Amino acid sequence: MYNRNNPKGWLYLLPALLFITVFMVYPLIDVFVYSFEEGYNFASQTYTGVGLYNYSYILHDPYFLQAIRNTFILVIITVPLSTGIALLISLALNSIKKLKDLFQTVFFLPYVTNTLAVGLVFMILFKKTAYTEGLINLLLNSVGISSVDFIEGPYWAKMFVLCFYTVWVVLPFKILILTSALASVNKDYYNVARIDGTSRLRMFTRITLPMISPSLFYLIITGFIGAFKAYSDVVALFGTDLNAAGMNTIVGYVYDMLYGNSGGYPSFASAAALVLFAIVLTITVINLLVSRKNVHYQ
Amino acid sequence: MKIVLEHLTKQFISRHNSSEIVTAVNDFNFEIPDGKLVGLLGPSGCGKSTTLNLICGLEVPTQGKIYFGELDVTDLPPENRGVGMVFQNYALYPHLTVRQNILFPLENLKGEQKLSKEVMNEKALEAARLVQIDTLMERKPSELSGGQQQRVAIARALVKTPGVLLLDEPLSNLDARLRLQTREQIRRIQKETGITTIFVTHDQEEAMSISDLIIVMKEGMMQQMGKPQEVYNHPANLFVAKFLGTPAINVFEGKILNHKAYIGEDAIMESDAEDQDIYVGIRPEGFIPDKKGEFSCHFDRIETTGRDTSIVCHNDRCISDTDIRVIVDSDDELNNENGIIRFNLKPNKTHLFSRKDETVI
Amino acid sequence: MDKIKELERKSRARNTAWTVAVFALLVLWAVIVLFPFYWMLLTSVKSYASYNAEYVPKFFTLSPTIENYVQAFTAVPLAKYFVNTIIFTVVTTGLMLIIVVLSAFAFSRLEFKGKNLVFTLFLSLMMIPNELVIITNFVTITNAGLRNSFAGLILPSVTSVFYIYLLKENFEQIPDELYKAAKVDGTSDFKYLWKVMIPICRPTIVTVVILKVIECWNSYVWPRLITDDENYFLVSNGIQTIRESGFGRENIPAMMAAVVVISVPLIILFLVFHKKIMEGVSRGGTKG
Repeated sequence: MYNRNNPKGWLYLLPALLFITVFMVYPLIDVFVYSFEEGYNFASQTYTGVGLYNYSYILHDPYFLQAIRNTFILVIITVPLSTGIALLISLALNSIKKLKDLFQTVFFLPYVTNTLAVGLVFMILFKKTAYTEGLINLLLNSVGISSVDFIEGPYWAKMFVLCFYTVWVVLPFKILILTSALASVNKDYYNVARIDGTSRLRMFTRITLPMISPSLFYLIITGFIGAFKAYSDVVALFGTDLNAAGMNTIVGYVYDMLYGNSGGYPSFASAAALVLFAIVLTITVINLLVSRKNVHYQ
Repeated sequence: MKIVLEHLTKQFISRHNSSEIVTAVNDFNFEIPDGKLVGLLGPSGCGKSTTLNLICGLEVPTQGKIYFGELDVTDLPPENRGVGMVFQNYALYPHLTVRQNILFPLENLKGEQKLSKEVMNEKALEAARLVQIDTLMERKPSELSGGQQQRVAIARALVKTPGVLLLDEPLSNLDARLRLQTREQIRRIQKETGITTIFVTHDQEEAMSISDLIIVMKEGMMQQMGKPQEVYNHPANLFVAKFLGTPAINVFEGKILNHKAYIGEDAIMESDAEDQDIYVGIRPEGFIPDKKGEFSCHFDRIETTGRDTSIVCHNDRCISDTDIRVIVDSDDELNNENGIIRFNLKPNKTHLFSRKDETVI
Repeated sequence: MDKIKELERKSRARNTAWTVAVFALLVLWAVIVLFPFYWMLLTSVKSYASYNAEYVPKFFTLSPTIENYVQAFTAVPLAKYFVNTIIFTVVTTGLMLIIVVLSAFAFSRLEFKGKNLVFTLFLSLMMIPNELVIITNFVTITNAGLRNSFAGLILPSVTSVFYIYLLKENFEQIPDELYKAAKVDGTSDFKYLWKVMIPICRPTIVTVVILKVIECWNSYVWPRLITDDENYFLVSNGIQTIRESGFGRENIPAMMAAVVVISVPLIILFLVFHKKIMEGVSRGGTKG
């Protein structure tokens, strides 16, 4: 009745194939090639040899080590924190009827806003200038804490702002996913548990958590991946010269190697990107192994 | 444990229109004797599930009292009422094994009631044996058939030896064959344990077949309570008569004149009641074909389904949604002259109802 | 009526303390979410002088001014950034839509050799992070002489494996019979796609478009790599430039005016389509 082998199918696929080959498949191979080409010169497109020098270089580059350190700190703090807060807020959202839609919509707002633009607002709230201490510092002062420059001051103050902003940015997605996961748990489970005299805590640990574990796990995996790729929000807070601010991330390092004042080294950038990829892959595999024991799929 | 409901009423504000009050349960008064299996029967939306939720404590009544034995439980939260409940979709925890599901209520016990691991396991196994699933203890609910899941849910409800067992549409998620089997099981389990059991259903056949008592509900009002056969034979009103029995009762417009009940021109039976307009309900098995019979219909056709032979006919006065159905013995002699068929009516299968309030005369 | 309300309230109020705590948490987070928006709006209507005179910033202003907005459009080429972003967003989304719809149609309705193999390869590409391919793309575009051009900005972003997947799933839900009936009537594949599948799947297509528009409007990394000519800056890069060199660095009210201007389109989009956006994102979008 209709053609089993319709070569026109390829015609429909042609544009996608073209773009995917040029901008995804080829680069994927090329990034490995770059990472092993030593002494690559961007202008002349020549290289002096093949080997592991690029990796060795970046792994000895204090800026890269700083970037790795920053990224790991960011990941370790924000992934559990944001998932925990998102769970708390979703539980609260799910326990109310009135205003639920309104709150949900408000909470989702940061998702659609420009990271750079709102980052600028955060910077202003936290920044100390010649004119003012900044709103946050004034709040701190009012409870008796002395002010600190969160944007150009001590490392942990900057890290605090970064973590705070990151949580603010990633929370909408997590709240959305968790709220719908919680809402899809059949109410009868709670009714039958109530009749059996189950305490609230036990309902949460023995019913709610296992039932939403697939969503929770999905958020943890995507949360790790997303946090390891942090960049835009860092730029928003601390500007483009992240190495000088001591706040660079792995992705930031990749771009700095590619372009900008320290740029022009696609080989170093490729090596750094592959190191990042290896880290993310390892973490994801570990996540998957852990989840196999603890996640219940229906 | 006997259950007493006194003036039990549940009203809430309509979800669609906040100035409208919905009365889900309207002034219920009844007493369920200890150790009986009771079917709460009615069309969907008649408030039977609300009644069940009131009894187990998931909902709080607007008015009235609930007693378990002598104890007023109206204000007790569900966990202190000692009820076991089986939900329509079973609500088995999908991530726990059968054993863990059955143990779940026991593990909730605190303080003095707390049981040792051995006792809990013993009790769980006992409950599982009762419903014959003791060989499936390590399976997950998704690995069980619908009937097995149902029984796990019953075991979980029974493991705390509740005083009252509540079943919400226990058979509706099963296929026809399993339904028959499972209702026998429920009957057996109830007899073995002697626990006062209330189950909700919209299927009159299901309720009639296993209940000691049935309670028929409509729009939040209790219509009639009694032994299934009694209710069937002596319906209190037209609704009950129509709701019970398949094929459904045939309903006609009629009148009483000079102590005789008429359908159209046919005088069908005597009646002591005063002259008035009435409805006449005649069970399908209440017709006896007879050439000289007092009641006449237009013959349409004969249908034979398995053991039953039914005559399908019509009559201008019939107000049922379908044609008149008459179940006859296959050896009854059929008379059919010019498309008119005549019957005698069995008085105990023929019911007269007031046209005004539809109650039985 | 009152009695019932009373009873309903009572049964709910059993956990008054709990409810209060729940609402406190929700309100607290709502404030944290909304405050930056309020602050940018507020600051953007304070005059430069009064802003800098406030050691303790005021939470409201009695003399709002639009001078900052005038500044934002005159002192920096904000309008230019704006127009660039619109061009970039419209063209990218349009091209992507054509490519995505055509491939989803091929995968879902046409039978040809190698289809399954290609689809599996497509799926496996979903796991490849952008950071890996962006390096070569940067070199490719640079070597092609497409830096500081719309082509360079747009071309690498016009395919999305994820959206192909999403649409293909949706297309496949259309019953086979419709396709067979159309074939019997002699409808061409293309006409079937255009007249039947696209109208039926409009909700999903709208979702894809909205998500892509959000992604385009907020994109920062690629435009930053590929443009250093202000004439091709998008709003994100514009903001970054404004932050680092515009308005003489300290004119924060003007900066905030610019931030408001570039945030407004998406916020309007969100307010209109929030149901669709949230539904689309929960079906598998992560912040692009």
